Amino acid sequence: MNPIEARMSTTHHEEIHHHVRIYIKVFVALAVGTIVTVLASNVHLGIVLGIIVALLIATVKGSLVAAFFMHLVAERKVIYWVLVLTASFVVAMMGLIMFAHDDQQGRPQGIFAVPQGHVPVHQAEGAPKE
Amino acid sequence: MSAAIEIPFNSTERPDTGLYNAKLGVWLFLASEVMLFGALFSSYVLLRTGAETWEHGAAFLNVPLATINTLVLIISSVTMVMSWASLKMNNFGRYKLYMGLTILCGVGFLVIKSFEYAHKFETGLWPSTSTFMALYFTMTGLHGLHVIGGMIVNSYLWGPGSKMWHTDPVRFTNRIEVAGLYWHFVDLVWIFLFPTLYLLPGK
Repeated sequence: MNPIEARMSTTHHEEIHHHVRIYIKVFVALAVGTIVTVLASNVHLGIVLGIIVALLIATVKGSLVAAFFMHLVAERKVIYWVLVLTASFVVAMMGLIMFAHDDQQGRPQGIFAVPQGHVPVHQAEGAPKE
Repeated sequence: MSAAIEIPFNSTERPDTGLYNAKLGVWLFLASEVMLFGALFSSYVLLRTGAETWEHGAAFLNVPLATINTLVLIISSVTMVMSWASLKMNNFGRYKLYMGLTILCGVGFLVIKSFEYAHKFETGLWPSTSTFMALYFTMTGLHGLHVIGGMIVNSYLWGPGSKMWHTDPVRFTNRIEVAGLYWHFVDLVWIFLFPTLYLLPGK
């Protein structure tokens, strides 16, 4: 190994060591996040706040995994574009499903039918009365 | 004339994407996986909002076991990324150790999950019991299949597949990186599944 190669190799190893230190920190953050989300679920925050807090912690944990373990923090542009495209498809899918949800309210039959026991009391206009 | 056809850009970067091909390929695969699990999460949202009442998972699911399982998967993600870092530092022995630990964590996760499933069946909770249980078994079942799939690939890369390190170390290191991308994705899905099924309040 010539001196230049040796120096490059040392720099490379230092870089990887730096990555490893980050991985350990991310691991600690993920473990703490897991404990916090369980503890938070024991506090009576109500339905909406309970859901927001749980999903917020999950999003932070998920972002840490994606950013550092999956190396998204420094990745090529084409991968970001793949993810932007994927995210827009997911949003479209969720959106379409929520439209379908509006459709099903109080409708006792059809493809979006809700079992009778689950149909809310405030039935939509025009829906057959029991 | 050489009989072997060389697959291009499996260890060098392709000039237009700046990536070796397997990496882009795995990311595209993961994009399809996002849609698959996205569809299931969308179903959860639709079924939950459309239902008059909804169970609180913690009332009958084992939260302590699931918490341990979450930690097991997080540890496996760390050992997975450490196995890649070990190869980057030319330490094949360390790679074998960390990849072995990753596979063991996968086994641990499935064993704990099977205890949970067995307990559900013993207490008469089946997919047909309720909408909640149908979602629980579908989502955790599909996730479990992904863990098994990852373990098969990781076991190959730990065992016979690791011979490539001695003939083409760069390509082998890249293989570990993309196998890691998949494994971290499986961990990421669980990070969302855990609160969704076990912790979210009922109504």
